Amino acid sequence: MWRIGTVAALRDETATARTITLEVPDWPGHLAGQHVDVRLTAEDGYSAVRSYSIASAPNSAKRLEITVERLPNGEVSPYLTQQVAVGDRLELRGPIGGWFVWRPEQPEPIQLIGGGSGIVPLMAMIRSHGSAKSAAPFRLLYSVREPGVVFYYDELRKRSENGRSLTITYAYTRATPKDSPRPPSRIDAWLIAEAAWPSKLVPTCYVCGPTPFVESVAGFLSAGGNGPDKIKTERFGPTGGRK
Amino acid sequence: MAITSRGFSGRRTPSDVTLPPGQYPTTDFPVLSAGPTPRVPLDQWEFTINEGTDVLRRWDWKAFRKLPAETITVDIHCVTRWSKLGTHWEGVSLDTMFVDIKTDASHTLVHSYGGYTTNLPLEDLMDKQAWIAFRFDDDDLAPEHGGPARLLVPHLYLWKSAKWVMGITLMDEDQPGFWESLGYHNYGDPWREQRYQGD
Repeated sequence: MWRIGTVAALRDETATARTITLEVPDWPGHLAGQHVDVRLTAEDGYSAVRSYSIASAPNSAKRLEITVERLPNGEVSPYLTQQVAVGDRLELRGPIGGWFVWRPEQPEPIQLIGGGSGIVPLMAMIRSHGSAKSAAPFRLLYSVREPGVVFYYDELRKRSENGRSLTITYAYTRATPKDSPRPPSRIDAWLIAEAAWPSKLVPTCYVCGPTPFVESVAGFLSAGGNGPDKIKTERFGPTGGRK
Repeated sequence: MAITSRGFSGRRTPSDVTLPPGQYPTTDFPVLSAGPTPRVPLDQWEFTINEGTDVLRRWDWKAFRKLPAETITVDIHCVTRWSKLGTHWEGVSLDTMFVDIKTDASHTLVHSYGGYTTNLPLEDLMDKQAWIAFRFDDDDLAPEHGGPARLLVPHLYLWKSAKWVMGITLMDEDQPGFWESLGYHNYGDPWREQRYQGD
């Protein structure tokens, strides 16, 4: 069943990523981590569908946000990041997916590890954690190319200020801010050991990013003693999967 | 009725390519799986056809690789909407592996290393429709694509082609697998666009 969402707001996250707020009167609600299919239809009836992770926390306001990264040769993402305007209507299907989700009743420590736009479903979990006033301790390890392409920077800083149960570690892979404690580097076993929950606390780990990123991070987590049933992954390739 | 997206033209599929509804062609090979990639050493690998605790057939890697293999060229279709045309595989037909097995079972649950499961009617695994594949494009099947061996059932969406397979359980009744319990369609025919529950 396709629902109609009206674009209520647009916000640029980076030079190539945009958050779209949609009002969906018959939205049935979602869980943090789920995604939605978006369908665009040309005047002659040709249509294209892509999946996007939901960025907003579950709420009762019949609103949801997706953050879309523009892909260089994308078919749908250039339209969503450059052409769509407030008031436009988009067709939606969802929410979809019941595995890569965080529920407020989960009491255990949560380890989030995102690469690039893989932060989006993790942000829904962080927001859900906040709005549910969950006491579960959250850690986020966020791998990004450089400071200018961090999504949600100010909000993440506020959500991790003193006294909040969210701790954030950034791993910059090409260029770091001046005050960075580390030179540019990819996430490795050493950084996982330093910044992620120890496996003896039995955290649930959510890993989202490009396939090679997820393959390597999930391998480090496994080698560090986290059970395969505690490592939930969501991968995306150049054309497949979801963003 | 679909609403029109003002200013959207899209990228058309060449008209000589026939794809299931809602799919687009890709030339790369994206990976989708729900957890870490299991690493299965060949000297520990085994595959069974079983009725629960009752094992009807068992192969280790050497015995499995002695079975007559076939080359397979098929189109594959992922529920996330990409299709890859003319993919080349090498594998053992399940018709070969089921020779001499007598069963009244109607359904199967396929099990993988790492805990993944998926369900299929037994008849969808028979009659040259399904293989246990161990090579892709003339290379050993990479772990992220399901190596050492994966099920290949190209007439259904690719999540039915379980990676890292370790066995097939024969059953009298249908039992949903991993994605089938999480909102995806129970059968998954791409030509009828059976993506999600209710399709």
